[in-house]
Amino acid sequence: MSSVALLRPRAATQDHPVTRVVLVTLAACFIALFLLFPLVTVFAEALKDGVGAAIAAVTEPDALSAIELTLIAAGVAVPLNVIFGLSASWAISKFDFRGKSFLVTLVDLPFSVSPVISGLVYVLIFGLQGWLGPWLRGHDIKIIFALPGIILATMFVTFPFVARELIPLMTGQGRDEEEAAVSLGASGWKTFRRVTLPNIKWGLLYGVLLCNARAMGEFGAVSVVSGHIRGQTNTMPLHVEVLYNDYQFVAAFAVASLLAMLALVTLGVKTFLEWHYADEIAAVHKH
Amino acid sequence: MSFAGTLALPSGSWRTRSALPGFGLSLGLTVFYLSAVVLIPLAALIIRPWELGVRGFIAEVTAPRVLAALRLSFGAAAIGAVLNTVFGLIVAWSLVRYRFPLKRLVDALVDLPFALPTAVAGIALSSLYAPTGWLGAPLMSLGIKAAYTPLGVVIALTFIGLPFVVRTLQPVLSDLNRDHEEAAATLGATRFQTFRRVVFPALLPALITGAGLAFARAVGEYGSVIFIAGNLPMRSEIAPLLIIIKLEEFDYAGAAAVGVTMLGISFLILLAVNVLQSVVTARR
Repeated sequence: MSSVALLRPRAATQDHPVTRVVLVTLAACFIALFLLFPLVTVFAEALKDGVGAAIAAVTEPDALSAIELTLIAAGVAVPLNVIFGLSASWAISKFDFRGKSFLVTLVDLPFSVSPVISGLVYVLIFGLQGWLGPWLRGHDIKIIFALPGIILATMFVTFPFVARELIPLMTGQGRDEEEAAVSLGASGWKTFRRVTLPNIKWGLLYGVLLCNARAMGEFGAVSVVSGHIRGQTNTMPLHVEVLYNDYQFVAAFAVASLLAMLALVTLGVKTFLEWHYADEIAAVHKH
Repeated sequence: MSFAGTLALPSGSWRTRSALPGFGLSLGLTVFYLSAVVLIPLAALIIRPWELGVRGFIAEVTAPRVLAALRLSFGAAAIGAVLNTVFGLIVAWSLVRYRFPLKRLVDALVDLPFALPTAVAGIALSSLYAPTGWLGAPLMSLGIKAAYTPLGVVIALTFIGLPFVVRTLQPVLSDLNRDHEEAAATLGATRFQTFRRVVFPALLPALITGAGLAFARAVGEYGSVIFIAGNLPMRSEIAPLLIIIKLEEFDYAGAAAVGVTMLGISFLILLAVNVLQSVVTARR
């Protein structure tokens, strides 16, 4: 955008070069200030005392147990939400029934609920003074401040991700192919596996990716139900909080940088999928 | 967004016949899982506060500390949404209309707040805007204290809401018909007039939607806020944190009362946004 650009005649729908420079600069500053700086800070703070200190922080027992717990919680919640997402989008996209759009609204509901409230609802049911609290206590079953509560809270917040990608995608693809397969004698399961699944695989992967990122990074909901028992019920984000509040900043940022790397990989794969399979995850772009 | 079938349903039946199998199984599984994980727990939230009685409920949510927290959560979310509307429009416009170096990187980076765990964003923003931080120190020398004040809350909520506005605007901007802008220019409109009278009205519904989404997300946000907020009661304590404090005191009904109030206000505001949306769309 040099003086040459200023002299060249400009199309009527093009902005003045000065406008262009000002707007791009404003956008770049805003992105740098709010997005790039925080991201760089995470890694810079983690490596403040050298790579060794950062590695030590993520390999000490409490950190390892937090990593393990995060993997377990995501490992249960994500597959369950995939099964739910597939079944919801099959019912919604392949059949017509009353109350369908209401059902779609309900599926999206967890997105509009505060993470803290997502955890709170389970405490109200399973907590000590919750509806089932006394009964659970009598039978020595722990849900809140234990693994089941963490998994439930994770399931709640990641509930819509897969379904929300697949419902518009499968609705757009219609039902002709499946109907053809069934009329040729294929069973329902075979039709799903051989016809539907290949059609939606990239959209499904996209949904799983976003679902997993949220499952591993969820903080608010899990924080309410976990009880913060170090080495036992702390997931990675909760471990970050404990370390940070303990003024162990390097360790906190070291664990945080693992999560940040997960986010960067997620963004990378997501961008890749959007470039290469835009049509097959089309619903993502067109809604 | 409606994916409902366009075929009319035959009278007397709640669904049309289909050649495909698995309707009962898939719908049954969906409704069961939805009820178990989402609907029944949410019902618990809505029922629980009323054990205080209507008077008790009102007393609970009008306590000064609760009111201050609600005011902060909703106020800061609104300011964040406005900031995101302005800058989100600039970012989306730059990404769709201009070419500049590292554009694809910037485009991918916009989704960062979706992907970065909120606790990570929280500690990063906190140390960045702390009085000794990279950005906090220069602000401090200007006499502005960012972290541990309501301003810090606004910063965190702006971070969290940015992708909503940009991603809602981008497809609308790329689909915008350039002929209309050309026609306006031929009729003698300046570029600014064209933007104000032709482009902006076409973008307005998407802007409102994006701002509404950013606002809704910001109201309930917890992880990215609590580190930078300082959490002083009456001053920089957000409503979700107050819920957690009440839970730790085993005040389940009180926590549920604040939760229900938050959900109720959010719902009313989203309703208002939708009404505004249809008014704007109808006027065009």
